[in-house]
Amino acid sequence: MSRRWPTTDRRRTLDAFDPRPLEQRLTNTPRLRSTTRTALTGVALLVLAPLTAAAQAGEIPRTAAGHPDMNGIWQALGNAHWDIEPHTARPALAMQPGPVVPVPATEVLALGAVGSVPSGYGVVVGGSIPYLPDAAATRDENREQWLERDPEIKCYLPGVPRATYMPFPFQIFHSDAHVAITYEYASAFREIYLEDPGEPQVDSWMGQSYGQWDGDTFVVRVDGMLGDAWLDRAGNFTGYGTTVTERYTMIGPDHLVYEAEIENPETFSEPWTIRMPLYRNIDPNARLGQFKCVEFVEELMYGHLRKNPIRGTGS
Amino acid sequence: MSRDRSRKSLGALGALVILACILAVLPTPSAAQSSGWVMPRLPDGTPDLQGNWSNATMTPIVRPPGVAEILTSEQVSALEQGRQDFITSDYEDSDPERGAPPVGGELTGDPIFDAATGGTGGYNQFFVDAGDNIAIYDGEPRSSLIVYPEDGRRAAFTPEGERRVAERVAFNRQFNQYDNPENRPLAERCMMSFGSNGGPPMLPNYFYNNNYTIVQTPDAIMIMTEMVHDVRVIRMGEPRPLPEHMRPWLGDSWGRWDGDTLVIETTNIHPQQVLMGMSNASFYPSEDTRVIERLTRVSDDQMNYEFTIDDPTIFADQIRGEVPFNRLDGLLYEYACHEANYALENVLRGARSQEERERNENQQDRR
Repeated sequence: MSRRWPTTDRRRTLDAFDPRPLEQRLTNTPRLRSTTRTALTGVALLVLAPLTAAAQAGEIPRTAAGHPDMNGIWQALGNAHWDIEPHTARPALAMQPGPVVPVPATEVLALGAVGSVPSGYGVVVGGSIPYLPDAAATRDENREQWLERDPEIKCYLPGVPRATYMPFPFQIFHSDAHVAITYEYASAFREIYLEDPGEPQVDSWMGQSYGQWDGDTFVVRVDGMLGDAWLDRAGNFTGYGTTVTERYTMIGPDHLVYEAEIENPETFSEPWTIRMPLYRNIDPNARLGQFKCVEFVEELMYGHLRKNPIRGTGS
Repeated sequence: MSRDRSRKSLGALGALVILACILAVLPTPSAAQSSGWVMPRLPDGTPDLQGNWSNATMTPIVRPPGVAEILTSEQVSALEQGRQDFITSDYEDSDPERGAPPVGGELTGDPIFDAATGGTGGYNQFFVDAGDNIAIYDGEPRSSLIVYPEDGRRAAFTPEGERRVAERVAFNRQFNQYDNPENRPLAERCMMSFGSNGGPPMLPNYFYNNNYTIVQTPDAIMIMTEMVHDVRVIRMGEPRPLPEHMRPWLGDSWGRWDGDTLVIETTNIHPQQVLMGMSNASFYPSEDTRVIERLTRVSDDQMNYEFTIDDPTIFADQIRGEVPFNRLDGLLYEYACHEANYALENVLRGARSQEERERNENQQDRR
């Protein structure tokens, strides 16, 4: 790839556990937390130079109206889609008791290592989700009954913010008058209204989005979500009546920082935030794929209702 | 509301047509300025097609036999009044003393409405937004959306086209229509909108949610069909088509500007996608099917949509059509179909239940 990676990004340590406001984290010397991080930061410091606002602005493509131009195909890296909290690798999402230690459940056994869960260092600012006790119990039940409950298994719409860090790209379409995001997974779609649409007329899976520019950050308030969507494959959820405030901040032509503050006093003791970088697909041939998974789950959901079921009696 | 909007468009279009005749010798910019309407443009100079649009109309895809391409004003009044009368009668309170409908339901004579309700009142007009006006295109009230072949009907199949239709019919004959989910229509499976709504070509579904959102950027144009939130990403520039074996739903689309007209060329359309559905012109695309669409904004409230279907493998001739897209004031809804698709499950369950009952009756008969 002949294209040069923007050096400004390397100077910035994006740390999901760093509770400082984004602006501070982007402009100040990265916070030093551990020996490893100190070593890494040391490398970063070698290339540190004073960052002027003009230099930063020059790095970011802009629309005619002067806003950061986010048009393009983006994707999160990492393993937040498995579990947004810090977690070690484990054999499978669905487990059953074994003679010595738990082993993968029969339903997923055939997948072997393909069905195993890679570790992740988490995207929750502060480390863990501040569930209220009842909600924490529901999350644990969700995790136990993942195969029956995870909406992703049935190809249901992912909701916000899960859509952002599914292991699929999404494309932002963005002019000065309209913004829409289309996600490869399940052809999920959101229009982000730039004028206040008022109270959502109906609840929906992807909610109603209202976006405004706060300087160079695109701030989107999402409400009117049904509350059936999950946050990951680990049973984390937000429940009905959730408000998500997303912040999209470009930190270079090909990188943006995504933050989502999640607020629901019925589920959480306080508002909390996830944060992660998003990466532009810089391949000039990059295109959004099609993953209309509805047809892929018909056997799972309706196979037992065939005239001649092909798997036993079905469930 | 949509009636008022269309009337206004009709008036505006009529005025445009007259002006166009008077000013035919003048260059286009002067004509546009004289009519008082200026093409809205994006900062890069391309026409602004963004926003919400609807192609709902009561003009059918295929021309009814014995009708001219352009309807008289008397025909338009009669057709639109007929639709209003039908809507009014459907809104009337039901007679609480009425008996059960006959087996098979009470049919209204509107084939699409009857197909959807089964004549048993599955939907009434509260749920339906089919398009209550005749399509006005370039100021002409049209009797069909197909304008070529000149009889307003689908071009004839080639012998190869006939062979493929027969092959599909023979394949499907081994199934009862309720045997498997795959035997049900795509819309019932929440795979796509009714008919040819998602496109290409993007045609009305004659039932509801004939709505589209367009967001435009220099590199790519997004067209979202409200029903089943199907998104077409039209990439601008020199086409780099997919390999022949990759045939996604909605096909592979590339766009370019021809003056102020957005031209979209689509190939590699999914072999199971129905084109020109909701009509007796419907067909399955071949590997050679190419659809060319042309979108031209003609006023604040209207966009001209032309399509050409080109496939020498299955058709003896091209098929061309013209459809007005009218500006839609208001927000679109999320059409989350699959997430609550009780219908498909119950359709299959009903068939299994019926089979079980028949088996039991047969056993009793044998005793």
